[in-house]
Amino acid sequence: MSVPHPHSTSRPQGFLGRYVFSTDHKVIGVQYWLLALVAVVVAMLLSVLMRLQLAFPTHTWPLLAKIFPTGMSSGVMAPEFYLSLVTMHGTMMVFFVLTTAPMGGFGNFMLPLQIGARDMAFPRLNMLSFWVTCTAFVVLMLAFFVQGGAPLGGWTAYPPLSALGSIAGPGEGAGMTLWIISIALFCAGSVLSALNFLATTLGMRCKGMSMGRLPLTAWAWFTTAVIALLAFPVLLAGGILLLLDRNAGTSFFVPGGLVVAGKLIDHRGGSPLLWQHLFWYFGHPEVYIAILPGMGATSQILSVFSRKPLFGYRAMVGALVAIGLLGFFVWGHHMFVSGMSPYSAIAFSILTLIIGVPSALKTVNWLGTIWGGNLRFTTAMLFALGFVSLFVSGGLTGIALGQTSLDLYLHDTFFVVGHFHIIMGVAAVFAMFAATYYWFPKMFGRLLHEGLGKIHFVLTLVGVYAIFVPMHIQGLMGHPRRYYDASNYTYLTAAQPWHVVITWAAVFTVAAQALFFVNLVWSLRRGPRATANPWEATTLEWTTASPPPHDNFTADPVVYHDPYEYSRPGAPRDYIMQNDPPGAFAEGSS
Amino acid sequence: MGLLFAILIGAITAASVVLMHRAGAEMPPLLSDAAQAVDAQLFLTLVTIGVAFVLAQGLLAWFAWRYRGRAGRTARYVHGHNRLEVGSSVVIGVVFVTLAIMGSRVWAQLHLAQPAPDTLVIEVIGEQFAWNVHYAGPDGVFGRSDPTLYDPQSNPLGLVPDDAAGRDDIVTLNTVAVPVGRPVELRLGSKDVLHSFFVPALRIKQDTVPGLRIPLRFLAKYTGSFEVPCAQLCGLGHYRMKGTLRVLEADEFAAWLVQQKAE
Repeated sequence: MSVPHPHSTSRPQGFLGRYVFSTDHKVIGVQYWLLALVAVVVAMLLSVLMRLQLAFPTHTWPLLAKIFPTGMSSGVMAPEFYLSLVTMHGTMMVFFVLTTAPMGGFGNFMLPLQIGARDMAFPRLNMLSFWVTCTAFVVLMLAFFVQGGAPLGGWTAYPPLSALGSIAGPGEGAGMTLWIISIALFCAGSVLSALNFLATTLGMRCKGMSMGRLPLTAWAWFTTAVIALLAFPVLLAGGILLLLDRNAGTSFFVPGGLVVAGKLIDHRGGSPLLWQHLFWYFGHPEVYIAILPGMGATSQILSVFSRKPLFGYRAMVGALVAIGLLGFFVWGHHMFVSGMSPYSAIAFSILTLIIGVPSALKTVNWLGTIWGGNLRFTTAMLFALGFVSLFVSGGLTGIALGQTSLDLYLHDTFFVVGHFHIIMGVAAVFAMFAATYYWFPKMFGRLLHEGLGKIHFVLTLVGVYAIFVPMHIQGLMGHPRRYYDASNYTYLTAAQPWHVVITWAAVFTVAAQALFFVNLVWSLRRGPRATANPWEATTLEWTTASPPPHDNFTADPVVYHDPYEYSRPGAPRDYIMQNDPPGAFAEGSS
Repeated sequence: MGLLFAILIGAITAASVVLMHRAGAEMPPLLSDAAQAVDAQLFLTLVTIGVAFVLAQGLLAWFAWRYRGRAGRTARYVHGHNRLEVGSSVVIGVVFVTLAIMGSRVWAQLHLAQPAPDTLVIEVIGEQFAWNVHYAGPDGVFGRSDPTLYDPQSNPLGLVPDDAAGRDDIVTLNTVAVPVGRPVELRLGSKDVLHSFFVPALRIKQDTVPGLRIPLRFLAKYTGSFEVPCAQLCGLGHYRMKGTLRVLEADEFAAWLVQQKAE
């Protein structure tokens, strides 16, 4: 035992203290990142099972019958098993991948480093947030193993289906209860984490790090934390009300006079639409919780590898804030055909298309950032460029879905599935890949293999477009989503061959991810050792060792420069780090 | 690598445009003028976003190739361009809001216009996993219904037997028959969970919500039989909750009602 240290930042002893119940933001960041990695593998495999069913609906799979003795007892998938895959894939991806990795993972690891802090503001709270989130994941996984299996109502869990218990269908009993508890825990963990991000950003910045000198990534995490703090409590409240409806005899979401499976239900006075308002009041901002950190990482990476200042820094910050704010006023566009007032639908539609303006401005400025640059095509850069391409593709189809009259036809079709998978799914995942290739050397002290990374990029880019563009075509044909089998419908005959194409594309894309995992494992052991600043970047995380020591910096940094000073004329090298002394470089004005 | 990236993005863009263009030919037939108006707005939107798509992907590919890293090249030291940023935002905002307002016109005609005087009203009540269709009969008045009287075989809508208005009512399962050329108002409801009444040929869809009766109006222009898939997840049989919309000549429709009452 060492002598008690005057600061709480002394390095903890023992395996448990260092790697499991650690209060170090870097360890917690890696923990979140690993949790997301586990979740993404499980959720991806679930999607492959769904794709097999959609492409070959009557096929018998003897091997799968052994793995899933209840869901696929005769080798043919049961409809309720298919729907439980739909629910669990969506829930895991949205919460435990798209929310967990960008904020909990990269945000936790990099925010204190980028603002020159030794840790997050509340290290113990940070540890608690992670373990609550991790417990939430375990609870969710348990739903697969209880009587009736996982819930079949989709990740949106609309009542009355979700409020009535197992009478409404298998999985709506114990599985649904576990789902609600998992999401409630996740909400609690996210709120605690958001508080920590806000306190850290506002209170822990080093000398000279004014808000106007924050890297775009830090602005994105800050804005995301504000959104999370306002959105998650609403879902938490909704979840508690739903739990009470199921278990305590209340009727928040269930109206009177319901007859389910021939049985009169003893509820009265509730409104199914109330849940939809609560859910989407959270659910739409959640889209931005998933994508804003990706926007930040993309802005950062494009600037670094274009060797150019970020185009329109102030406009980019303004657009982040505008998207975060407007994101709270558009939730009704998920409900145009729900039975909500047709007047408010028009208001939500116009607000929805207005939110396209800051999003488009960001695209203009990303293009402006690479324009006139001297591009270095690292794997991180390629994934960031891929993010821009996917963000454009997925954003533009939102212009169709944001219109009331087009939702009359396109709502709840595969057009929607294609849209949100491109914008919220793979665009965000591309940003996470970009962030992983970019920050891996800082996190683990070794560089990922660039050659493998580039092949991984090319295969994944082609693969995801081959999966999700055809879904838009099926949507235009009027194919409803969440269908176990579409062969009942003659008007969908032409859509079926596309299911086969999409499934093969999905198998191809999933197989290509093996390259990523091989790269991770190989590089952790054999990758070239990373210097402090392998990318010649400017922000503070690159001023310290890779990986950083326990307290991050040997001396507290002082910031003298804006975050993206690349290729300044007259400077001795093509980048000026934020803490470079001011005298060495003439402060030029743009 | 810059060239490879540019070629990839170019190929993906071209393939996407061709495939989306072809998809238009695969869409279901148009059964009403309103459906035609939805399609017109859809095509206007797809063309607009198609132009923006090609422009943005094109610039991305071109810049990646044009500014690929070379020894001796120096990146421009610029921090932005206010006029470009404000100007592009204004143009994009005007285009987007114009589309939203145009899109709302079709919506307003459907949901906010007064019903025509000779409108035929039909109640359609969803349940796991079927549609109960309720006609008011010659008196034009729907009989009262009571959930405690539901019986899957003999009385699926729980009609009260001693209500005179209900005696001439007609109840069918999964088939909504309507006369051609006459305005129809469906009053949509549900006995249990959410469902959604979706007629691809009419380009309309409306969720059914227990506790609410939601109107949905249309006028079918020609006769035929059209599929009605359920479009809101309602349980394990969601995919097989299939209705049929039969559009009949006026005399055929009258005869059909008589025949249904007899059964």
